[in-house]
Amino acid sequence: MSGYLSGVLAQLAINIVIAYSVFLPAAAGLLNLGAAGFVLVGGYTAGGLTSRLNVPLLAAIPLAGLAAALIAFLVSFPILRTRGVYMVLATFAFAEIVGGILLNIPALGGAAGLSVSAYAGLPLVFTVTALVVALVAWLLATRFGLAMRAVHDDENVALLFGTNLRLTQVLAFTAGGALGGIGGALLVHQFNFIDVQTTGVMFSIFVLLYVLMGGTQTAWGPIAGALFFTLVPEGLRRAAELSPSLKFLESSRYIVFGAAVVLVMMWRPEGLITRTLVERCYGLLRRNG
Amino acid sequence: MADAILSVEGLCKRFGGLTVIDDVSFDVRRGSRTALIGPNGAGKTTVFNLLSGAYAVDRGRIRLHGEDITSLPARLRIGRGLARSFQNVRLMPHLSTVENVMLGEQWRSSPFSLARGRRAGGRAERALADAGLDTYPGQVVATLPYGIQKRIEVVRALAAEPKLLLLDEPAAGLNSAETAALRALLERACERGITLLVVEHDMNFVKQLCDRVVVLSFGRKIFEGTPSEVHADPGVRQAYLGAAAA
Repeated sequence: MSGYLSGVLAQLAINIVIAYSVFLPAAAGLLNLGAAGFVLVGGYTAGGLTSRLNVPLLAAIPLAGLAAALIAFLVSFPILRTRGVYMVLATFAFAEIVGGILLNIPALGGAAGLSVSAYAGLPLVFTVTALVVALVAWLLATRFGLAMRAVHDDENVALLFGTNLRLTQVLAFTAGGALGGIGGALLVHQFNFIDVQTTGVMFSIFVLLYVLMGGTQTAWGPIAGALFFTLVPEGLRRAAELSPSLKFLESSRYIVFGAAVVLVMMWRPEGLITRTLVERCYGLLRRNG
Repeated sequence: MADAILSVEGLCKRFGGLTVIDDVSFDVRRGSRTALIGPNGAGKTTVFNLLSGAYAVDRGRIRLHGEDITSLPARLRIGRGLARSFQNVRLMPHLSTVENVMLGEQWRSSPFSLARGRRAGGRAERALADAGLDTYPGQVVATLPYGIQKRIEVVRALAAEPKLLLLDEPAAGLNSAETAALRALLERACERGITLLVVEHDMNFVKQLCDRVVVLSFGRKIFEGTPSEVHADPGVRQAYLGAAAA
């Protein structure tokens, strides 16, 4: 496998993990534009542990998830007091604060960023991603998952049917934070480097778009969204390299990509993968199988 | 009343300066099928919202099986045997029919048990089949016809295995075949010992289903009795038809 291809695949897998960190709160009706904050917490925790304290990588990854979960749990209380667009702003502000704090910790590299020597290769990245996907699929199939999706659809009715609204939302937000931390741990050890710029505003916006465009109704959504956002720009870039007639894509591929995003939004306003679509596919499989 | 499953005493609710429910008291006998009727704006749905805990009570008391639930949090009331349906369908639009029904019974299972595990899903499927609604097991409810959604909502409330079921206009918008199917569903629920409190405008439906009627008008109780008496009552006639008719 070429270095280029393995790089794209690793990036894709990490993007999927981070997409799930936004998906879990989104499935419970919470919009999180602060993915970068949890990725930074996890990335710097894991990077600090392996580079400064010589903790093995395999231990640093879950510890990074734990650290991000703890932070997510603590900030979920003020953040859950907000709604809708104000929650988007609150989570965004949280990510900016995390970035600002990390920028001012010289022991972790400060503005120069944190370099690490431990390397997370493709097999490790894929294994962790598979575990994350399995965990989310399991979570959605539990009563807790049902409660999350019920809260997403109608908080008041969910409440009258015995759902603990606050607990469901805090847990969804915390679990999302944990996955963001794990994604950050993979990110820093795949690139051997992390700085506050790696995960700027655009990063959080892209991750939220993965989830919203992929669809929040099923666990397949974030995978579809991450695939779309990772592979379409890369595909356009490759096309420009390979074919002289598509040379114009080199400079204008993001215009084409932007148009593709708008078209998907018009064609699938509830996301690429919806419940109805999945049911229809199952139906076809049953009929043919 | 000694055999009351629900007893409401001096219930009051104000929204700003507007008194919506004014000193309403009534009892619902265990095993009865009580109708709560009244002209538009009488406060029927508000009473339901107070009973289910969606609104806080300003004054008065609500007792369920003798236990004071006036200030019990809404999410705990289902565990005390109180479930409800809504005037406008309030199913979860992105959940399937089976998942919506599973939501009805989810308060009884532990949070991390597999909700889609055979037992819960199987029970929900059976409940839908009993109601003649098993043609759409995996379908997302947002895509189903109104009459079907309306009945699934009743099945969901029944899945909670309530002792007292509050139904807010269950027959509104149903055609005659659907209304008959709904009545059969409710008759079967009553045979299992569930008590019904029904808000309904369709008087034929009320007469066929209910054995007791409470009439509200402008937030006050103006009548309580049997369905056959209610037509003859001058106060009720005046509330519905105006002073000249009385």
